[in-house]
Amino acid sequence: MKKEEKASGTRYAMVIDLDACTGCGVCVVACASENNIPVMFDESDKTRNITWIQIYILANGKGFPETQLIYIPRPCMQCGNPPCVPVCPVTATRKDPNTGIVSQIYTRCIGCRYCMAACPYQARDFNWFDPSFPEGMDRYLSPEVSPRMRGVVEKCTFCHHRLMRAKAKAYTEGRRYLKEDEYIPACAQACPAKAITFGDPNNPAHMVSELIKGPYVFRLLERLGTEPKVYYISTKHWVRRMADNYLSGEFSTLRSQLE
Amino acid sequence: MDLALIPNGVQRCSLKRFLPWMLLWSLVVAWGLVSAFLCFYKGLNQTNMNHYFAFGLWITFDLSLIALGAGAFFTGFLTHIIGKEDLKAIINAAVVIGFICYSAAIAMLGVDIGQPLRGWFIFWHANVHSMLTEVSFCITAYLGVLTIEYLPLIFSNRKLNEIREFSIFGDNLHRTMAVFAAAGTFLSFFHQGSLGGLFGVLFARPFAFREGFLIWPWTFFLFILSSIAAGPSFTLLCVWVAKKVTGKELVKRGVFNMLAKISGWLLTAYIILKILDTISWAYGVVPRAGLSFMDFYEGPYGIWLMIAEIGIFGIIPAIILITPRLRERNGLLIIGALMNITGIALNRFAFTIQTLTIPVMPFDVFMSYFPTWQEWGIALGAVGYGILLFSLSYRYLPLFPQEAELNPVKVLGKAVTDSGLVQRR
Repeated sequence: MKKEEKASGTRYAMVIDLDACTGCGVCVVACASENNIPVMFDESDKTRNITWIQIYILANGKGFPETQLIYIPRPCMQCGNPPCVPVCPVTATRKDPNTGIVSQIYTRCIGCRYCMAACPYQARDFNWFDPSFPEGMDRYLSPEVSPRMRGVVEKCTFCHHRLMRAKAKAYTEGRRYLKEDEYIPACAQACPAKAITFGDPNNPAHMVSELIKGPYVFRLLERLGTEPKVYYISTKHWVRRMADNYLSGEFSTLRSQLE
Repeated sequence: MDLALIPNGVQRCSLKRFLPWMLLWSLVVAWGLVSAFLCFYKGLNQTNMNHYFAFGLWITFDLSLIALGAGAFFTGFLTHIIGKEDLKAIINAAVVIGFICYSAAIAMLGVDIGQPLRGWFIFWHANVHSMLTEVSFCITAYLGVLTIEYLPLIFSNRKLNEIREFSIFGDNLHRTMAVFAAAGTFLSFFHQGSLGGLFGVLFARPFAFREGFLIWPWTFFLFILSSIAAGPSFTLLCVWVAKKVTGKELVKRGVFNMLAKISGWLLTAYIILKILDTISWAYGVVPRAGLSFMDFYEGPYGIWLMIAEIGIFGIIPAIILITPRLRERNGLLIIGALMNITGIALNRFAFTIQTLTIPVMPFDVFMSYFPTWQEWGIALGAVGYGILLFSLSYRYLPLFPQEAELNPVKVLGKAVTDSGLVQRR
C-alpha cells in the first residue's frame, strides 16, 4: 500500500488550526448537509447520532481567570496506516492508493462494527436507526452522495464526491492535475474562521505542505502508529499534551525540545 | 407415549414431567425469538450498544460459548486421534454440547450484524487479512463438521435406526469419524486462535493489542489454550448438571477425573502464559502507547476484574483441578470446573467490553454499558435452546454409553439390560 501511495504521490490531508477554531459548529452543519446525514429523533444522544465531524471541547482544568477552552473538530483521520481497513471481513472499507482517502462501501458493509472497535478516534458511526429527514428536508438531499441504510457503518470521506467532480471538470478541460482550491471538503470550505486548510502535503504548491512543517503541529494519538492525515496546530502546550498519551516526564521533554 | 423412541436399557421420566420442563425452556427461547424479531424488524436500536460499545453482551456470549464448546473438538481429538478410550463415555455429550454452542453462537451473530441478509458477503467478498473472515469461515465449516458428528448419534435413535438407509449412513459416518475429528481439530485451532487474534491485532487499542509470532498476536495462542482448558470443564459441568437433574449416574467417576485433570493441566499452562503475556504487555505495549498499567482499570472495570480473572478464577481452579486429592472430592471438582469456565468467560468479557470502554484519546470519556431486555433475551434464549436440545438428545438418543450399565433397570426387583417395558420391534 505504501509503495503504491508513493508511486501516485498524492495523499490528501487536512490541517486544523485550533487557535483559530471558535467551535461555531458550521463545519458540522456543512458536513451534514453535504453528505446527506440523517436527523435522528433525539440528536442529543451523541453516542448514537451520526456526525462525521465531531467537535470535542477541551479545558485546561484551571480556575478563573486562567481558564482556557479549546475546540477540537475531529473528522475521520484518514490514517496512512488505517486500523479499520485490514479488519473489515467483507472488504467494505479500503484506502485509495492514489489519494490516501479511506472510503466505505455502504452496500457491502454487513454492519459487524469490527472497524468501529478498531478505530481509536471514534470516527466511525453505525446507523442504529433507519435514516430519517424532517419533512421537506429530503428535497435538499445531495444527489452526489448516497444516503445510508440502517445497519451499516459510515464515516467521513473527505467529501470524496467533490474529488470526483473536480477530476471530471479537470478532465473536460484537458488537465491531468487539480488546482489547490478545486477540491476542498465541505467543512474546510464552510469554516468562517478559515481554521481548516486542505490539500496535498506532497505537493509543494499546496499550503498544507508548509503548514505541517510548523513547530506547533501535532496529530492525535500519533504514537499508536496510525499515521493520521489530519494535522492540528495549537500554540498552547496543554492542548498538544492532550492530543496523545504520555508517561510522566515524557511530554515535558518534548516541550523543552520544541522551545 | 414416546416409549418407542427411548433408547434400550435406560429409563426416562414420564412425558408429564418432561413436557413442563421443556415448556419452561421454550418460554425462554420464545423470549429470545421475540427479541430477535424486534432486532430484525426495528434494528439494533433495540439494544443498548452505541458508537462506543460496538460490541456488547452478544459478542461476549459468543466468544464464551465458542470457548466452552471447544470441549467437542478437544474430546474428539483425544478420543479419536490420541486414543483415550475412556473418553468415549462422554464424546457424544461433548459433540451435542459443541453443536449447541456453535449453532447458538452463529445464530446470535446473525442477529448482531446490522445487515443480516448480507451475512454471506463474508464468503463472497472475503478479506483474507481480517481475523473475522477466518473466524467466520472456520466456525461455519466446523458447524458442518459438528453436524456430521451429531448425525450418527441422531440416526442411532431406536426408531430412526430401523430405517435401513439411516442405519447404514450412520454406521459409515461413525467409521470415518477420526477424519472428521481431525478436520474439527484443525478448524477449531484456527478459529479459536482467530477469535483471540480478532482483538490482538487491534494495534490502535492498547488494551487489546499484543505482539506475537509472524502474523499471529499472542492472544491467538492464548485463546486456543484457554478454550481447550475450559472446554472439558464445561463438558464435565454439563454432564454433572444432567446427572443431578435426572438423578442417574451417566458416566463413571473416572471420566470426570480424567476431564478435570486434562482441564486443570491445560489451565495451569494457560495461566502461566497469561501472566507472562500480561507482564510483557504491561512493560511493552502499554508504555509505548504512553499509558500506565492502571490507566486500563477505571470505573466499574477496575483492577478487581484482572485479579478475578487470573487470580481467583484462574490460579485457584488450576490448583483444584491438578491436585488429585482435591478433584476427587465432588464439591471441589464442580467448584473447580465452574471457576475455570467463569475465568475464561471473564477473559472474553474483558477483551470485548473493556477494550471498548477504555477511551484511547486522552480527552474522550469513560463509558459503561448495560444490555437491554432484548439483548438478555437473545443471550438467555441461546441458553434455553441449548437446554432444550440437550434434553431432547438425552431423552431420545443413546448419549451416554455407560448409562445402562451404571443404572440397571429393575423389573420386579431384578436387573435387566433391556428395560423389558418396551418391545424392541
